[in-house]
Amino acid sequence: MPALPASSVASVPLPEDRSAEIVRLLDGLDAPALWWFSGYAAALASHAAAGTRLPAPAAAREAAPLERLTIVYGSQTGNARRLAEKLARDAEHAGLAVRLLRADAYPQRELAAERLLYVVISTQGDGDPPDDARGLVDFIAGRRAPRLAELKYAVLGLGDSSYPQFCAIGRRLDARLAELGATRLFAAGEADLDVDTVAVPWLERALGAAREALKSTAPRATVTPLRPHAATAEWSRERPYAAELLTNQRITARDGTRDVRHLELSLDGSGLLYEPGDALGVWPTNPPALVEAVLQALRLDGEAPVALAGETRPLRAWLGEKRELTRLSRPFVAAHAAQARDARLNRLLAPDRAGELAALLDTHQLIDLLRAFPADWDGDELVAALRPLTPRLYSIASSRRVVGDEVHLAVANVEYEAFGSLHQGAASAYLAARAEGAQVPVFVEPNERFRLPKDGLRDVVMIGPGTGVAPFRAFVQERSAAGARGRNWLFFGNPHFDRDFLYQAEWQAALKSGALHRLDLAFSRDQAEKLYVQQRLREHGRALYDWLENGAHVYVCGDAKRMARDVHAALVDVVAAHGGRGREQAEEYVNALQQQGRYARDVY
Amino acid sequence: MNAPPSPVETIKRESRYLRGTLAESLADPVTGAIADSDTQLIKFHGSYQQDDRDLREERRRQKLEPAYRFMIRTRLPGGVVTPAQWLKLDAIAATYANGTLRLTTRQAFQFHGVVKRDLRRTMQAINASLIDTVAACGDVNRNVMVAANPLESRVHARVYDWAARLSERLKPKMRAYYEIWLGEERVAGGEGAYEPVYGATYLPRKFKVAFAVPPVNDVDVLAHDLGFVAVVERGGLLGFDVTVGGGMGATHGDDATYPRLADVLGFVAPEQLLAVAEAVVATQRDFGDRSERRHARLKYTIAERGIGWFRREVERRLGFALLPARGFAFASQGDRFGWTEGEDGRWHLTLRIEAGRVADRDGRALLTGLREIARVHEGDFRLTPNQNLIVAGVAAARREAIDALVARHGLDLFRRAAPLRLNALACVALPTCALAMAEAERYLPDLLAKTEALLAAHGLEDAPISLRVSGCPNGCSRPYLAEIALVGKAPGRYNLMLGADARGQRLNQLHRENVDEAAILAELDALFSRYAAEREDGEGFGDFLLRAGVVAPRRRVTTPTEIAT
Repeated sequence: MPALPASSVASVPLPEDRSAEIVRLLDGLDAPALWWFSGYAAALASHAAAGTRLPAPAAAREAAPLERLTIVYGSQTGNARRLAEKLARDAEHAGLAVRLLRADAYPQRELAAERLLYVVISTQGDGDPPDDARGLVDFIAGRRAPRLAELKYAVLGLGDSSYPQFCAIGRRLDARLAELGATRLFAAGEADLDVDTVAVPWLERALGAAREALKSTAPRATVTPLRPHAATAEWSRERPYAAELLTNQRITARDGTRDVRHLELSLDGSGLLYEPGDALGVWPTNPPALVEAVLQALRLDGEAPVALAGETRPLRAWLGEKRELTRLSRPFVAAHAAQARDARLNRLLAPDRAGELAALLDTHQLIDLLRAFPADWDGDELVAALRPLTPRLYSIASSRRVVGDEVHLAVANVEYEAFGSLHQGAASAYLAARAEGAQVPVFVEPNERFRLPKDGLRDVVMIGPGTGVAPFRAFVQERSAAGARGRNWLFFGNPHFDRDFLYQAEWQAALKSGALHRLDLAFSRDQAEKLYVQQRLREHGRALYDWLENGAHVYVCGDAKRMARDVHAALVDVVAAHGGRGREQAEEYVNALQQQGRYARDVY
Repeated sequence: MNAPPSPVETIKRESRYLRGTLAESLADPVTGAIADSDTQLIKFHGSYQQDDRDLREERRRQKLEPAYRFMIRTRLPGGVVTPAQWLKLDAIAATYANGTLRLTTRQAFQFHGVVKRDLRRTMQAINASLIDTVAACGDVNRNVMVAANPLESRVHARVYDWAARLSERLKPKMRAYYEIWLGEERVAGGEGAYEPVYGATYLPRKFKVAFAVPPVNDVDVLAHDLGFVAVVERGGLLGFDVTVGGGMGATHGDDATYPRLADVLGFVAPEQLLAVAEAVVATQRDFGDRSERRHARLKYTIAERGIGWFRREVERRLGFALLPARGFAFASQGDRFGWTEGEDGRWHLTLRIEAGRVADRDGRALLTGLREIARVHEGDFRLTPNQNLIVAGVAAARREAIDALVARHGLDLFRRAAPLRLNALACVALPTCALAMAEAERYLPDLLAKTEALLAAHGLEDAPISLRVSGCPNGCSRPYLAEIALVGKAPGRYNLMLGADARGQRLNQLHRENVDEAAILAELDALFSRYAAEREDGEGFGDFLLRAGVVAPRRRVTTPTEIAT
């Protein structure tokens, strides 16, 4: 770009003399320089808009990633760590800004912004990474690794040449980083058991190259990325976005009976935004085996076209994609009773048998009804009688501040045997069966009633047993990333510590980093007597009441039938016991919390 | 020599006599693990934190911490337990551990798979059986081993008695064990007086003691930091030749570490034994390397300062000179299986327990069978140094009943197996041992079957060849004293070691580095072929390999000749 066309300059709100100056300034700059300049200007603009002082150049320099060397190590026996530490010390002595990170402490999302990176990593056994580097190695090797066109790097591999896969991890990283577009500063080192023979010269070279790379950097302001948002499409419940499934990972142990999935979906380019507390709507497809079972039970042809309200599609498609098969409704039972001319079923519909009907609706799926009370249906009538399929809502388990353009869910895969056949939940089975890379129709369902306090100084108490913990993963991520200084207290429960402590490793890390302040646990089946979160609330009633008196917000997520009720009762008990109040006053206190928006529930 | 102390030294020094933060770690409900520093300290209490390595990667992806479990090891001098104790240990294995008992190469029991929240209850149950776990692991004197050979029962009884006294003398005096596990009150003050032998930082590294009764060297006495070889004359125990500075452990790729056979220190009368042991321990306490744990065993102190210096230092502490050793020779290192009659007319039945694993599995009910035997047995049990078990002290009239239980529960492997299978050793290794680089116990049956097939092809089925498998170079299965040893390097890959003497007096040597099973079997096939064709009468496999020049003569061999010099 030789110079800005005059017309283009004229259209911007600048005094004329400044316009000319800018044109002169920009003349002859190459594309990266121009991009940088645009970011610089955007940063100035955002500071000006916020009414804050313009950043001093020195402060800006400190924050810019190019000014810094990052050294990451993966170490099993300590050799790689030792070398990385030495390099970091030497770089520091040389006056370079440097940060040293163990691979599992490296914030993977910062890789894209990294400009100068040294990796020191060993190879274990037959070509495995050290334990602390598995996650990072997977990430860099995986499909979500960012393009690294601006990165300069070098790798020092450590290994034992008596293994066939000598230094395999170092080699692989070295090749992969280049593949991602990064610039290799010099060839990867491959150190054998006599580590220093190769490592010492490598370290020297690395230090020299870092000096060179950091010296040549021009001073920069904090750069605001100007990547334009894709046109914010109006995705909605009716017009769901086909999100790519990035991760479908079971997060309960193999010997557990429950299958809970951690799902990560990409919203990249969709323009979909969400806040912690919101839900993600998922449009499922019914389990194919269930569709076939229904067709078989009714002896219907799945290929037969069925028209309804102007839409024509094969019966199989109606049942799979458009009709509710896993939830039974009263109107359908009534229709089926008429069709089957079954006296028993008809009697269940009588007003005085409401309880029995409710039990039937609760325990039976369509297929059970069709099998227990055979009747003839034709395809058109069946499709008309069945309820339209509805999307399922899942509390979002991530904060965009931490996961960027992704959305995470924790979904219990509902699967059980009943009436002699496998029963599944429509959406959970659908999600659990999706392969990574598949597309899932989703939309965001805002939940304004389940929001973190605007005031980051407020404490929050989160009560989320089972998959009810999902939104609290989002909360803790959000509060930590936002620098909220209030305390976070989580109550979690499930049957077994060993098998279904959902996100255990993340909670441990959050406790360690200070992102989570208290974690109280109730594993119901780990001891003779069953133990639930509400007992923990009572046990810690004194502290809990103090938190409430101090202005804490309370959140409950999970099972509506029993847990939410029992937790509510426990809260009232705690207020009564520790606030010196009578039952009625305690209830008023808790109700007042609700009215003040300090006691929110997301129960289902 | 002024390198800073290793981090473990700091942990020990700051632990307030091994208390550390163990109590807080046990109370932490968020993790099944204990604090890092406590993982060092809990060893002194007889337990290791481990995790199921088969599941480690899977659980990482599941965002679950590793499946942390605790191994608990007993302190049991000479491996002697009563039937009542056996029944209690059996119940503990079923209630708190993985339903198996593991007999170790140091004559101890190991429980595997205890979760943190059951740890205290398990320790209490073990103590209720009048067995403790103090110093079963850690930088202290470990379980004291005693020759299990039951033939000379009078001498054995006296040797055992000295071993038990030594075990007690070198047992750490820490109160922490009783406070943390048994709920005893903390006694205020007085901590400084706790460890008269060890001091506040204990030893630089583990310390192992064994008592041998020639001609059997079932304890591999020269593989220990401190050995006592009984000198017997006309059926009486005269005293012991003392050996020092043996040890198995090494680190792959680190030439400064190596297995080493002990040197001979001198002769002691029984009543001098405790004082000599204390002087040896104190010397190592004061001179052992505390900066590099790989290099901290007594063997390195002696190798680098010389046995002459060491003897003078021990004698200085003792205040008297040691007498010259009497000399000894060993004929074998394995167990003698089946029934033997002791001098006292009681009978002893040595059972083969493959890899020491007492379990009900693969169609054999070893755990049930031994429980049944314990219910009727009136003598005691002795764990052998080779992972086997002796039903000891049986009256002649009760042999038949024991035999019937043995046959019914598949405990009669000793009647059917060939010598290779009877003598093979394997450490636990994967999936529980954190140090393992390759399979050992789980691989042993497969390896034995393949090796037996090779032997059969060369008509060598009955050759008494010793085979030991170790998942790492540290050597719990004493691999460097086997005629054939596999020392783990990576999953499916081992260093093939050959040429020990089957008497525990010559180490084997590295023959092929980092090879897989196919290469190992091909190598053995070729060597078995030569051995079958060229061996001399009665010549062992390891001796043959040396004579044939397959392995080179070793620099150091501890022999009776050397003792005279």
